[in-house]
Amino acid sequence: MDAAAAARAWRPPPLIEAAWLRWAVYGGALLYAVLALGTLEVNWTRAAEGLERGGRFLGAFFPPDFVTHWLEIEEGLLESLTMTVTSTVFGVILSVPVALGASRNLAPMPIYLFCRGLIAVSRTFQEIIIAILFVAMFGFGPLAGMLTLAFSTIGFMGKLLAEDIEDIEKSQAEAVRATGASWFQLLAWGIQPQVLPRFIGLSAYRFDINFRESAVLGLVGAGGIGDTLNSSLDRYEFGTSAAILLIIIAIVMVCEYTSGFIRRAVQ
Amino acid sequence: MPVIANGDGAKVWMRRTTAADLTAWFGWLAGVALTVLCFQFISDQTIWAFVWDAPRQAADLLDRAFPPRWSYANQLWRAMWDTINIATLGTVLAIAIGVPVAFLAAHNTTPSVVLARPVALFIIVASRSVNSLIWALILVIIFGPGMLAGILAIGLRSIGFIGKLLYEAIEEIDASQVEAVTATGAGRAQVLAWGIVPQVMPAFAGISVFRWDINIREATVLGLVGAGGIGMQLQASINTLAWPQVTMILILILGTVIVSEWLSARVRHAII
Repeated sequence: MDAAAAARAWRPPPLIEAAWLRWAVYGGALLYAVLALGTLEVNWTRAAEGLERGGRFLGAFFPPDFVTHWLEIEEGLLESLTMTVTSTVFGVILSVPVALGASRNLAPMPIYLFCRGLIAVSRTFQEIIIAILFVAMFGFGPLAGMLTLAFSTIGFMGKLLAEDIEDIEKSQAEAVRATGASWFQLLAWGIQPQVLPRFIGLSAYRFDINFRESAVLGLVGAGGIGDTLNSSLDRYEFGTSAAILLIIIAIVMVCEYTSGFIRRAVQ
Repeated sequence: MPVIANGDGAKVWMRRTTAADLTAWFGWLAGVALTVLCFQFISDQTIWAFVWDAPRQAADLLDRAFPPRWSYANQLWRAMWDTINIATLGTVLAIAIGVPVAFLAAHNTTPSVVLARPVALFIIVASRSVNSLIWALILVIIFGPGMLAGILAIGLRSIGFIGKLLYEAIEEIDASQVEAVTATGAGRAQVLAWGIVPQVMPAFAGISVFRWDINIREATVLGLVGAGGIGMQLQASINTLAWPQVTMILILILGTVIVSEWLSARVRHAII
């Protein structure tokens, strides 16, 4: 192939079409990589030691020890599971009024802004930060964890449900309104049937998320299996830690499978 | 449509049959009973005197937390920079590992359904099941406290996320394009490069940016277990009960998260 033909050969269009933007993005990425790696503070000798330690550490994980501290594991698990159930139920119930308030087509402006603000705060901060504040307020234990998860559930469900309510088929709601229905009747007959499948799907998904999160809240004293895991790591009882991790993975998989099944069934 | 005949022979429309009604009723009963039972368990573990005290504690906390110590921000920029680096480098690491895993896991690109696919799926599930804080907890023990543990924790947790969403995107591609490229006599690698990659590129970019946004949030708390970033300052401030500093950190986190969310939404909007 000669040079002229090579120049005319087809090339795939680049992902970013504007040339200047493309080069700016590449240049920026390169500059950032240099800066980030340059300021990276890593103690490489410590990390190299770590590889060897890591080998021993993983060795200590086997065999998983379910027996020695079973009572503590059982209590942690029960706390996590009860926390998941109650926080999902309370969070979902409370998220309904928040979602209604955060739907532009239902709520007046002041209520809309208030509910959107609540959702934004709940979504910005990690569960663990909220848990720290709730532990400081309500004391140690699963109640603080439950309230944390319920609060996050409100933000999550509120946002997604409100978006769904804003996207509904307007003609159905209008038809119900045209019969002279009151606001609550409009909700019950015009809107609820349209969003219910997604509402159930989201609740199942949130149940799944709440369990995962309940496994770490224990790190800040908000109860649950994370507490047990943390203390087993602190006491160098890695067999117990391995057992707890395996249990968490198993439960997460069951939750994920079940929630996926429910979501497919209703949608 | 279930219909019930009442006493005088008139038929009344019902939403459900009697059996379905009873099932629904028992379902609700079981759900409420379970919730009450669970709450009772939690209630038994709770010292209620502390809870009734909560409004006073909250007021006290707010009182001590405000005004925020604005001057403390000068000591935080470095930590914030570290936090962003942990999130970004962790995401890069996860992309480097997650993309090959996704191609191994997708039905239409995996080299072997029997061998490679289950391994790839297991990597994805194991990575997704463990929260990044738990990954960090373990990695801090292995590598010592610091950013390395944080980057690896973010990376390990994100492999599953990127892998799962990307392999689903790969499985949903338009097969006819792949067939067209194959029909020109292209080899496996060429089919991948010209038939598959261009189709999943927008999804890939969207997933990566989305995960980066999530990772910024997660990186802000990794320091609580010693894995670097602004969480370390947060932990130190909480331990010394320096609540005005905590407020300052929370404000900074709020700002960063809002900016990163806006950025990620902009990028995803531009691509998709």
